[in-house]
Amino acid sequence: MARAVTTQRRAINTLLAWAVGLLIFFPILWTILTSFKTEAQAIASPPLFFNFDWTLENYAIVQERSDYMRFLWNSVIIAGGSTLLGIIVAVPAAWSMAFVPSKRTKDILMWMLSTKMLPAVGVLYPIYLLFIQLGWLDTRTGLVIVLMLINLPIIVWMLYTYFKEIPGEILEAARMDGAGLREEILYVLTPMAVPGIASTILLNIILAWNEAFWTLNLTAANAAPLTAFIASYSSPEGLFYAKLSAASTMAIAPVLILGWFSQKQLVRGLTFGAVK
Amino acid sequence: MATQHSRSAARLMMAPAVILLLGWMLVPLTMTLWFSFRQYLPLRGGDLGWAGFDNYVRFISSSSFWPAVQATLIIVGGVLVITIVLGVLLALLLDQPMWGQGIVRILVIAPFFVMPTVSALVWKNMFMDPVNGLFAHLWKFFGAAPVEWLSQASLPSIIMIVSWQWLPFATLILLTAIQSLDSEQLEAAEMDGAPTLKRFWFIILPHLSRAITVVLLIQTIFLLSVFAEIFVTTQGSFGTRTLTYLIFQRVLESQNVGLGSAGGIYAIILANIVAIFLMRIVGKNLDA
Repeated sequence: MARAVTTQRRAINTLLAWAVGLLIFFPILWTILTSFKTEAQAIASPPLFFNFDWTLENYAIVQERSDYMRFLWNSVIIAGGSTLLGIIVAVPAAWSMAFVPSKRTKDILMWMLSTKMLPAVGVLYPIYLLFIQLGWLDTRTGLVIVLMLINLPIIVWMLYTYFKEIPGEILEAARMDGAGLREEILYVLTPMAVPGIASTILLNIILAWNEAFWTLNLTAANAAPLTAFIASYSSPEGLFYAKLSAASTMAIAPVLILGWFSQKQLVRGLTFGAVK
Repeated sequence: MATQHSRSAARLMMAPAVILLLGWMLVPLTMTLWFSFRQYLPLRGGDLGWAGFDNYVRFISSSSFWPAVQATLIIVGGVLVITIVLGVLLALLLDQPMWGQGIVRILVIAPFFVMPTVSALVWKNMFMDPVNGLFAHLWKFFGAAPVEWLSQASLPSIIMIVSWQWLPFATLILLTAIQSLDSEQLEAAEMDGAPTLKRFWFIILPHLSRAITVVLLIQTIFLLSVFAEIFVTTQGSFGTRTLTYLIFQRVLESQNVGLGSAGGIYAIILANIVAIFLMRIVGKNLDA
């Protein structure tokens, strides 16, 4: 039974929540607005909110001067590639742990989780050295592999919690009807697992897109994704707020949109199923 | 029931993930452990032999160690307090009936999806810049002298930036937990005349305790390795050199790999202490 709420109370809630929500969102809004100003308007005092001449010139300049598309493409390859590779490795593992659990399944899951807790800086030099030896420094291949490995525990865990929810009786029924392991996976499990896999992919693309330790330390000019591209604005010349804003807006827009679709999965994925 | 056949198939399917993660854990970890006992200076002679526990002693006794520990504790502690207190309040607010709840939720969650380098640079330049930042305009509007945030109030500034990034995470998880609260219990308490504050203290807060613990532990693990936010703002100056940043500087900037590796081992031990508590909670959930 829903509690009855007076309209007045609802209005106060609404007002308060919107005020707080807009306050938290404001830095993003301000960045987006500034990206449409000229550099002079961007530092105008007092600040201009909507009353300025909207321009797209910053977007053109960012692309022209620093070849934004190349960084974007690196981000797409690194985030997409590492997620795809992770899914390929994790789906069989999560499937077997969810449907053919053994005594050690729990230990293996916990151990996988523990590898995620390893602080990156503790293994920075070994990885750096291995990258030099393998010729992976500043290559997309190297980053795809490293990001796949750091996100693999999250991928396995998320898939495991989704697969766990598929009722086992359906599998037994399929087996009774004479389905082999291959048919079982292909025709029974896959259709039921697709939503879970899709959410896992979504969350992991976001995590890989925003990863900013390995991408900053293992890339230079060639394989740098957007995280590193933006970091290059930390020692700027002259007026740059509008250009920084344009570059930032372009860097965060794709995941901001993906992120809104994956709110629910965020909780499950990042708490390893501890909060649902 | 699983047959022998499906058991071995299952093992085979698990193998790639297990082997990859095992390699990812063991190979670099062994190397770090090995380097931590060597005097290893890649740019000044390379591997100069066995060093025993010298690196471990030197890392701790160096003048930058305790300030780094202090900076780390202040940043992690500050962000945890801010995000959890505000997160609980915000989750309670978002749980109330209102118009446009979905949109407000999106607004609140958005910062979590902003990459760390973007949020750090936007805050640094467009808000905290002492000349052109919005805070400077605001301060001047009220007749106060603008603050040089990242040098005069460096730690609070970093805490502010990182809290902004993590508040959505705490809020979202606490909101999920609040929504799973049995509303009949609350209604019963309300009918019995329990005031709002008492209802919060005796029903809602105990219900949230598990979610709060999870937020606390997960955030601690991530916050201990905050890097990009410092890398693009202060570069570790003005007292913002955390343990993670100190190790990074030892290893990559001054190329003292032995010393940095000993620091790395300390960081790994520290993270593992936190992780053990987190794993216990997650493990309990797995049994249920």
